[in-house]
Amino acid sequence: MSDAATLEAQVAHDDHGDHGGHGGNGAGHPPTTTGLSHNKLGMWLFLGSECLLFGGLISTYMLYRGRASENLGPDQIYDLPFTSVSSFVLLMSSLTMVLAVSAAGRKDVRNVKLWLTVTALLGATFVGGQVYEFTSFYREGLGFTTSLFSSSFYALTGFHGVHVSVGIIMLLAVVGMISRDRIPGDRAEVVELVGLYWHFVDIVWIVIFTLVYLIPA
Amino acid sequence: MSESTTLDETATGTDATAQHSPEPPDDGHAHGATDGQYIVIALILAVITAAEVSLSYMDVGPIFIPALLVMMAVKFVIVVSYFMHLKFDNRIFSFLFYSGLLLALGVYVLALATFEFFA
Repeated sequence: MSDAATLEAQVAHDDHGDHGGHGGNGAGHPPTTTGLSHNKLGMWLFLGSECLLFGGLISTYMLYRGRASENLGPDQIYDLPFTSVSSFVLLMSSLTMVLAVSAAGRKDVRNVKLWLTVTALLGATFVGGQVYEFTSFYREGLGFTTSLFSSSFYALTGFHGVHVSVGIIMLLAVVGMISRDRIPGDRAEVVELVGLYWHFVDIVWIVIFTLVYLIPA
Repeated sequence: MSESTTLDETATGTDATAQHSPEPPDDGHAHGATDGQYIVIALILAVITAAEVSLSYMDVGPIFIPALLVMMAVKFVIVVSYFMHLKFDNRIFSFLFYSGLLLALGVYVLALATFEFFA
């Protein structure tokens, strides 16, 4: 599609869309009973419910982290410098994500695609680090069923890793859809919704990093 | 003309259709921080993370765990407030998210207490 055609489609979308990107204050999207974007309301409700999922997993880990087999407990196997670097990478992916949302608010498509791609790459780096960590733990003898500690550890960090992986797929899908002009409605809101999910994954890791890796068993 | 430049022109109303848009020109920062402020916030988060890791290598006595929990909470609130824009958004979004968070905290603290985790 030519630039002119793309612009016409975008303007037509924007006539029915929320221009603010961050607002959700009923400025531009179709009228709703609340005056807020239902997509955004749904995403926040989903994230609130996700707190309960990860709360359960974190609580289970806290309860069972002391139930490890000899020489394969948290204090023996964790590689803090490595995990710290992974945490830093995920934290910086939140920065690139918010820059993508900011660019979307300015309708700067080139930078939206750039920052979304960088975010996906940083996320992939984090997941790669987690795969390496799991592999090295397994080689040391820590399988999923080795102990209650290992089961709860793999379940917690594995669920988080799956969330990051889903986030990467969402990011790359949005990049592809923007490139092909396949996003109906407001692009900025779509980028923002994916951003909310991504930041949530980051804040969950902030909690996991402290409670699982930094506080000794 | 680059794609970026083309879209910027549309946003400032050079397109005839866009002139009918009821919104003022959108600078992308109307409800949040600027890109520079986001970078500063990210640097603050990085510094706090470095402090957390450093603390775990030091012997600071009984304040170790409370200090880590406080730094964790500060990072959490910063990301939610600024990167997720809750500070600038409608309060209903804050209500939805913090309701889930507080419910989770309450339920699981009680569950852990039941198992005598804090004993």
